[in-house]
Amino acid sequence: MKQSLAYLTDPLVKANPITLHILGICSALAVTTSVSTALTMSCALTVVLVLSSAMISAIRHHIPTAIRLIVQITIIASLVIVMDMFLKAFAFEMSKRLSIFVGLIVTNCLILARAETFARQNPVWPSTLDALGNGIGYGIILLIVGTIRELFGAGTLLGFEILPLVENGGWFRPLRVMLLAPSAFFIVGFLVWIIRSRRPEQIEQPEFRILGHDETGEA
Amino acid sequence: MADINPIRLWRRFLALPNESLTKTLVFAFLVTFIASVFVSVSAVTLNPFYQANLDREQRARMSGMIAALAGMSDIMSGVSVDELEVRIVDLASGTFATGVDPVSYDQREAARDPNRSLTLPEEADIAGIRQRANYAPVFILRQDQALELVVLPMRGVGYQSMLYAFLALRADGNTIAGLTFYELGETPGLGARISDPDWLALWPGKMLADENGDIRISVVRGQAQSPLEIDGISGATRTGNGVSNMLHFWLGEYGFGPFLKRLQSGTLRL
Repeated sequence: MKQSLAYLTDPLVKANPITLHILGICSALAVTTSVSTALTMSCALTVVLVLSSAMISAIRHHIPTAIRLIVQITIIASLVIVMDMFLKAFAFEMSKRLSIFVGLIVTNCLILARAETFARQNPVWPSTLDALGNGIGYGIILLIVGTIRELFGAGTLLGFEILPLVENGGWFRPLRVMLLAPSAFFIVGFLVWIIRSRRPEQIEQPEFRILGHDETGEA
Repeated sequence: MADINPIRLWRRFLALPNESLTKTLVFAFLVTFIASVFVSVSAVTLNPFYQANLDREQRARMSGMIAALAGMSDIMSGVSVDELEVRIVDLASGTFATGVDPVSYDQREAARDPNRSLTLPEEADIAGIRQRANYAPVFILRQDQALELVVLPMRGVGYQSMLYAFLALRADGNTIAGLTFYELGETPGLGARISDPDWLALWPGKMLADENGDIRISVVRGQAQSPLEIDGISGATRTGNGVSNMLHFWLGEYGFGPFLKRLQSGTLRL
């Protein structure tokens, strides 16, 4: 029971896919200009992740070695196509705002990483929990970034005005940079910084040492 | 005698080592088969909802454009798209076609049917559409019986997608009253900016043809110098070229050219 819970809760902060593994950054930059797109994207990704992990885990003993990755991608891609069509049918406006990024869930390294490293080696239930935890962990970061960007970039949250804008007679002058992709980079960077200073065990060992100008590098 | 009990066959199949060629082939077939059935069933089930959304959007865009047309607001109050008159034009002759129901006519479907469309010669196909339906709908808006606006549907290849547009012309058949794109898949933030209201606001008042009657309207790089030019969007040169080509095709002899000539010379019975 405790172990099951850990599958679910570990990816939230301790092993968060975005801040620890730095996976799924592309969509984290692209869809976080507003909370609603971030929320929809997180839900879509979580559904695809949970279903694909469960399916891959269920057939894990029988996936032929030679076509392992292709089989995984086929399963993920089918789920993504259906998810994309589902959004187009029932959340048309939202699917237009997410444009190609729903389709790009196929190439989101987060999903393949969970399939490769976890679902392929673990039973169905832990894989499902792990996928759910990773989906939620991804969603938390997207929501944090989306909240900051929408609040300071447009003065709204979920479309409701929180900070009255100057152009509507208020006092808040929106920070346009927040609506551009680099701001998401900065925010994710700050989140990584905060988490790693609270949890120093996440800090990676440098792969090489930068030499001072008076060192030759020879022992 | 071979064992044909399916359950035992299935067990034997599962028991094969994962490196086995038979298992790899059968497994690949099964996975792709199940995935394709899943995707096809979903596509067939969900497509009507998607089409309904597209139709709704097309109508909303149409009314959005009509409402936004400069100087038209006084006659526009209380007019919705459904109250526009829709007529079907025979593009080759430029006359109104009889015997085609304007409500049920689907131009896109007709363009796919070789019996109801024309395969364009390569040099004429500047918009990259290959097949052009013989008939096209036009939307006519009148005030006190006098022709006020003609709205023409168009499509053409942009940088990476087909652009679908409506062009609204004043009664002279030469002055642009508005342009709108209702479906496109250009790069967000670059080519997709052709559907920004700011850019579309550059179009009303521009002219299609010069004094000799040659269609000259085009999206130029940088600043527009004359009423025949539209400011380009930086970073979206090829989308801009696509828009120019689309206009030139649809205003030319394979498009609405004959219709517009009749409209301007007054030989069209409206």
